Amino acid sequence: MAAKTADAQRPLSPFMLGQYYRFQLTSLLSITHRITGVILSVGTVFLAAWLLSAATGPASYGGFVRFARGWFGQLLLFGWSWALFYHLCNGIRHMLWDTVHAFELKDVYLGGWIVVAASLLLTAGIWVLAYL
Amino acid sequence: MAQLTLPKNSKIDRAAGKTYKAPPEAKRVRVFRVYRHDPDSGANPRIDSYEVDMDRCGPMVLDALIKIKNEVDPTLTFRRSCREGICGSCAMNIDGTNTLACTKTCSQVKGDVKIYPLPHMLVVKDLVPDLTHFYGQLAAVEPWLKADSPPPSRERLQSPQDRARLDGLYECILCACCSTSCPSYWWNPDRYLGPAVLLQAYRWIADSRDEAAGDRLDALEDPFKLYRCHTIMNCTRTCPKGLNPGKAIAEIKKLMVKRQT
Repeated sequence: MAAKTADAQRPLSPFMLGQYYRFQLTSLLSITHRITGVILSVGTVFLAAWLLSAATGPASYGGFVRFARGWFGQLLLFGWSWALFYHLCNGIRHMLWDTVHAFELKDVYLGGWIVVAASLLLTAGIWVLAYL
Repeated sequence: MAQLTLPKNSKIDRAAGKTYKAPPEAKRVRVFRVYRHDPDSGANPRIDSYEVDMDRCGPMVLDALIKIKNEVDPTLTFRRSCREGICGSCAMNIDGTNTLACTKTCSQVKGDVKIYPLPHMLVVKDLVPDLTHFYGQLAAVEPWLKADSPPPSRERLQSPQDRARLDGLYECILCACCSTSCPSYWWNPDRYLGPAVLLQAYRWIADSRDEAAGDRLDALEDPFKLYRCHTIMNCTRTCPKGLNPGKAIAEIKKLMVKRQT
């Protein structure tokens, strides 16, 4: 069919976020929700390693704790805790949306900023608690 | 699977772009960087730069495009008709967001005015995307009044309250700005209906005179057609008519749950 060959030759218009389509709070928070979800899944391996080391014996547990208390371990835990709080807060936002609330654009933005602020505050709070 | 780059034949050839200078007497010059694709040449798309004397140009982006076509480069191709935001023809990606060229003022844009066709669509020529598939999806939700009860001898009446439920839905001009701003629609254009078509679907579900709401919901009960919406809300953010497709989709999802309980 003639139309089909024309389709195959037709270029696809540019779409990529950031480069051609502006990153807006809407899409930025949505992609962050996805990414934090993945981080949480991967981070569970860290949790499993902790339990495994505890079950294996004092030596391996000591090794794990040394790693977790080192700068790299702390960085991982810090990132993971923020991902948890972000995913939690934005999840609540999604639940609110499921009841068809807060859909006006200004509320979408207000809710988005609240999620960002709350995730940062909660992360800061838990780390202050951890180091007190 | 999410597609993150353009196919080979769609990559923009940066070196091929032409520049059209403004006349030397021009004082207030702005540059319009416009996506060009000529289907007859077989070449990759390019970006042409047009310098426009804003003292001799109307305020809207569409004014500039028409001026360029009339005075500088008659080969520049775009759709336009009403020039007042009611026909939806001149929908395009201006300054990184989808909108209507006729209602977007040039002064709203900082720096060069970058103009591309609606994102992730097959390009017929320059700023003209192929909307065949989009219209096919619209036809699939059967956007007309369906009723089995015998037709009344006069109009089908509707209370002012029931009529008010269609506000924010009937105004949609099907410009496709929202659907082509939606990353979910970019990744699954063949199976996900997209915000514009789902808003149209809800427009009939919400109509008190329509008697096919159940059938309409049945047709949408599908992992892709409806549920690829992840409430990203780019649609509502970009709608040039200020409508809320994201909310309309949430209303459909809510009805899906409601009828199961």
